[in-house]
Amino acid sequence: MIRWLLLVIFCPATMVAAQSAELEQGKRLFESQCGSCHGPLGNGGKGANLAQPQLRLATDDEALLDIIRRGIPGTEMPSSFLTPMQVSNVAAYVKTLGRVEPEDIPGDATRGETIYASQDCAVCHTLGGEGGVLGPVLDAIGARRSAAYLREALLQPEASVPNGFLQIRVVTEGGRAFTGIRVNEDGFSIQFRDFAGNLHSFWKDELETLDKQWQRSPMVSYEARLTPGQTDDLVAYLVSLRGS
Amino acid sequence: MTYDFLLRRTPRSVLAVGSSLAASFVPTATSVVAAVSLVAAAFVATAPPAAAQVSYERILNAASEPGSWLTYSGTYGAQRYSTLDQIDRSNVDRLQAAWIYQSRSLQKFEVSPLVVDGVMYITEAPSDATALDLRTGRPLWSYRRPIPQGIVTCCGQVNRGVALLGDQVFLGTVDAHLVALDAGTGRVNWDIEVAEHTEGYAITVAPLALKDMIIVGISGGEYGIRGFLDAYDALTGERLWRFWTVPGPGEPGHDTWSGDSWERGGAPTWVTGAYDPELDLLYWGTGNPGPDFIGEVREGDNLYSESLIALDPDTGELKWHFQFLPHDLHDYDSTQIPVLLDSEFEGEPRKLVLFPNRNGFYYVLDRATGEFLVGKQFAKQTWAFGLDDNGRPIEDPESIPDLDGALVYPDDDGAANWYSPTYSPQTDLIYQNVREKGATYYLADATYEPGKIYMGASRRAVPGEDPKGFLRALDALTGDLVWEVEVFSPPWAGLMSTAGGLVFSGTMEGDFFAADAHTGDVLWRFQTGGSIYANPITYISEGRQFVAIAAGSALFNFALPE
Repeated sequence: MIRWLLLVIFCPATMVAAQSAELEQGKRLFESQCGSCHGPLGNGGKGANLAQPQLRLATDDEALLDIIRRGIPGTEMPSSFLTPMQVSNVAAYVKTLGRVEPEDIPGDATRGETIYASQDCAVCHTLGGEGGVLGPVLDAIGARRSAAYLREALLQPEASVPNGFLQIRVVTEGGRAFTGIRVNEDGFSIQFRDFAGNLHSFWKDELETLDKQWQRSPMVSYEARLTPGQTDDLVAYLVSLRGS
Repeated sequence: MTYDFLLRRTPRSVLAVGSSLAASFVPTATSVVAAVSLVAAAFVATAPPAAAQVSYERILNAASEPGSWLTYSGTYGAQRYSTLDQIDRSNVDRLQAAWIYQSRSLQKFEVSPLVVDGVMYITEAPSDATALDLRTGRPLWSYRRPIPQGIVTCCGQVNRGVALLGDQVFLGTVDAHLVALDAGTGRVNWDIEVAEHTEGYAITVAPLALKDMIIVGISGGEYGIRGFLDAYDALTGERLWRFWTVPGPGEPGHDTWSGDSWERGGAPTWVTGAYDPELDLLYWGTGNPGPDFIGEVREGDNLYSESLIALDPDTGELKWHFQFLPHDLHDYDSTQIPVLLDSEFEGEPRKLVLFPNRNGFYYVLDRATGEFLVGKQFAKQTWAFGLDDNGRPIEDPESIPDLDGALVYPDDDGAANWYSPTYSPQTDLIYQNVREKGATYYLADATYEPGKIYMGASRRAVPGEDPKGFLRALDALTGDLVWEVEVFSPPWAGLMSTAGGLVFSGTMEGDFFAADAHTGDVLWRFQTGGSIYANPITYISEGRQFVAIAAGSALFNFALPE
């Protein structure tokens, strides 16, 4: 009977409103049971980065609870041996991982939106379904990244290149050179998108060189392009992008 | 009906099924594919019931019967080398998929199939077994085991295969049972509890049939179990002996555990061992001590964790042991395949055991005595400065997990893992899929509760680099690198070599490929579309050589065009 009551109390509808004691237990469980793959901060390791507002597979609370309970078949994400209450607490904690609280920052988001449109951001970034695909989608970037990180990304893009956007340069046996963002790679082939957005696929034995440029980014620094005030405005706009 | 067509084209049948197959199927095995009764009915006119009669003598002489694959590693010596040579370096580029079996399970498909008398026996996650007709790829029977809720396995509810003996098929289960099935029908002959699964025990290992016994190990090194290796009477399921890999009070080695830590000492036995019939010794690797990353609660060398043990198979008595890694703090299980080799070594004929260890060192031991002969680094590692003259590692204390995080190569998935190496007598090389991937380990709490994770650290991948994977060929007697193929992600595929001068391997990106065993040139590859977590095998069906590998959730069988 007690277990049944707990199930009711910790049903998904109330999960979002988990209190600090539950969150604390969720955090502890997460660090000991999930952190070895997902990283102690949840921002990824062997397992997926969970420090993001929209999880790819756990699209809603029920899906999140289900994945923690049952794992993900076909992957290394195992089922868990947690009680329903523990599952609920871990889920509540996971939901807090990528939610960066809005900061009090200088700048005007409305002016920033105009700056975003007037610069060439959309050549590489998608926002509201519009734009390029070379860089990260920005719809919820403010929920995932701090203002300081976004400012650094604008001024020094190569200081911290996000995962999944590795810049590569290849030279084919015929001497043709391409630079682009890696889409996929295996032992025998590589696929990438050049800066014009064209997809390329090569067998590795067709390549003379394959250079992985870990500290490089196709994004230019906006330090010289924006005034400090405009930078503040653009950062404020990006911080305001928090998804649905 | 399709099967009429089959029947007309079948002058003889190699099938081990009879008309009673479907009718005698026990209700506890909850599901049978619909085709089974049709197959049975169609073949009844031509097929004499001839369920697999896999005698111990047949397994002993498996090398002389290369058309079959009778035991997990091909032979008791576990070289995973086949003398079949229809597929060779000159024609392997024409290899093509002949048939594919799709599993219902979406868990990792880690099976090494066994093949005998026209039937392939596989397991499917979590703990199911299926017999497949080699001619058609169609299922003959399936045993589907309902698994209780709350099973704990560190790394997936998986299974690596069955053992065959007599007319029975033996299967370990994630709820820590050992099951004997009738080879012709899949009917349960006996089903015994090996250990209590709620305490963290599970079975993922393929059992080993030996004499009239079934040897089976245990998983659970991340759950504070006390490890053991068991032998059961194949006919009755009666336990004949148990060797505790963590000695109890009064037993030799018990004093290598402080306090009562031995009760939760780990040292699981989750990868199939090898057997030398001349020495009559059974060899088995053991896993990490528990908790994985916290040493202060288990001071001492923690015998017989991280060891190769040699047992008298009739009694379970320990004959010798070699501990690769005393007091392990990195979760480097020494649960790899012991590869047996008789060879001249430094001018004398020796009986050797080769052991590419997950810790990044390649070992050669004398398998009669356990004497350490060779220890050579074969992969990137930062946890040890080297090995001393006795093979004991000289560890770097900087690599031990702490609160600030300690970076170490390899990570706890190791430089090698459960997947099989292979040795080819054609080249005198041992081949190993190698993982080069580091991680930073942060010390964390570990409180023992039965059936709960008991590890004591969390792991963070190294940012800003691609982990690396290689197929490496090493000189079997020195461990020196002879050639390598780089394969992008650190692989989880096992290997097989053949007298066709080939080594078969697979990748996480789904490529199954054949390399020239002498040079490493990749001569053929096939994109399966699924990550490969399995060992290849080879066999003969109706005169043609096949190569089989599980990839994604499918089992691929390749052959040359007819």
